[in-house]
Amino acid sequence: MHKRTLKWIVLAAAIATPLAAQAHKMWMVPSATNVAGADPWVTVDAAISNDLFFPDHHAAPLEQLVITAPDGQTAKPQNAATGKYRSVFDVELSQQGTYKLALVNRGLFARYELNGQKKRWRGDAAELATAIPAGAKDVEVTASSSRVETFVTNGKPNATALKPSGQGLELLPVSGVTDLVEGEPATFQLLLDGKPAAGLKVSAIAGATRYRNAQEEMTAQTGADGRFTLTWPHPGMYWVNAATQDDKAGVKQASKRRLSYTATLEVLPE
Amino acid sequence: MRRLLCCTLALLLATPLAAAELDLTVQIPEQKVAEYHRPYAAIWIERSDRSVAAQLAAWYAQKDSKEGAGTKWLPDLRQWWRRGGRELSLPVDGVSGATRPAGQYQLKFVDGQAPLGTLAPGDYTLVVEAAREVGGREVVRLPFTWPVSATQHLSAQGSSELGAVSLDLNP
Repeated sequence: MHKRTLKWIVLAAAIATPLAAQAHKMWMVPSATNVAGADPWVTVDAAISNDLFFPDHHAAPLEQLVITAPDGQTAKPQNAATGKYRSVFDVELSQQGTYKLALVNRGLFARYELNGQKKRWRGDAAELATAIPAGAKDVEVTASSSRVETFVTNGKPNATALKPSGQGLELLPVSGVTDLVEGEPATFQLLLDGKPAAGLKVSAIAGATRYRNAQEEMTAQTGADGRFTLTWPHPGMYWVNAATQDDKAGVKQASKRRLSYTATLEVLPE
Repeated sequence: MRRLLCCTLALLLATPLAAAELDLTVQIPEQKVAEYHRPYAAIWIERSDRSVAAQLAAWYAQKDSKEGAGTKWLPDLRQWWRRGGRELSLPVDGVSGATRPAGQYQLKFVDGQAPLGTLAPGDYTLVVEAAREVGGREVVRLPFTWPVSATQHLSAQGSSELGAVSLDLNP
């Protein structure tokens, strides 16, 4: 199979699997979430895996990586490379404040049958018209929108980069995002197209799942204002995820939109 | 005559009857380890809501380096960094200092003078945090009420990166 196609199918499986338990998890893990000094750098791993945070399945594609600097402008990743199981890149934190690192994927998935064979396609709205051959049967098109994020602060945190785009599921930290401490409740707001996402389940799983026998998933429910609170039982990197679907696909061929949001958050000891 | 009055007044202002003060002793213990680096340490006073009332000391590597004169590792003083260290524009006069070898250190902070400033009456905690490269990290907390009417002696004992910490509050 063509390498690029395989990549997109793996990606599709990781980000579009609906509300049911997700087999593969996509994530980014920065080498530090709080840095200081004259010229701090972080290095970031990005992968799709079963175990958190061990790259054991597929590298996360970096084409859709967007780094927002503390002044709200985008910053460029450096030394980016994609291996078999893991992508890596560096970020030079030349500004003081909070950086948002995001893998933003929006697109369309199609499944159809052609001459008795099942086919899959991924692309954008402009390509859709010509992508599906005449004679295709059982065509099912779904829109998808996903964000995989993590955050790094150089010096004192600020909120400029945290400003939501208003598209898809997004997380707005209420009580800090690189400031999390074990045992202290942390509050966030989940937004859907910029408006509070009420009644969504949010789950959080600490990393190092390989070294324990249970996932130890924590869950929270967003309130009417989209807010939810998590209290971290111990320090570590946590994978925080929420998913939903609606009918705002944006193209007439698709009736459904699948949305997911993932953040990797670091919790430090008190 | 007027000059004499001025001088007297200045003297009076400069030497208040008895300035309230905090006498602090901090012990940095010896470590029996192959690779030893002096710990970074920070001392500050927290209000009861854990906001910082006064930054008293920050000891970190002062050597100039491309990474910023030792400031790269300041977030390792995790609580201090989060509670206000990162708000400072370092170096701060009378607060920043070089790392100290193992030993006992006596520090005096006078009410109304930098770096202590004037503490409003209330409940406070004096916090000492130490973090050592390839070593551990420890926080020792000494709660106290200010001002005091008679000398008060408080002490606590660290177990790894800090030794005895004692605080005399003088009215």
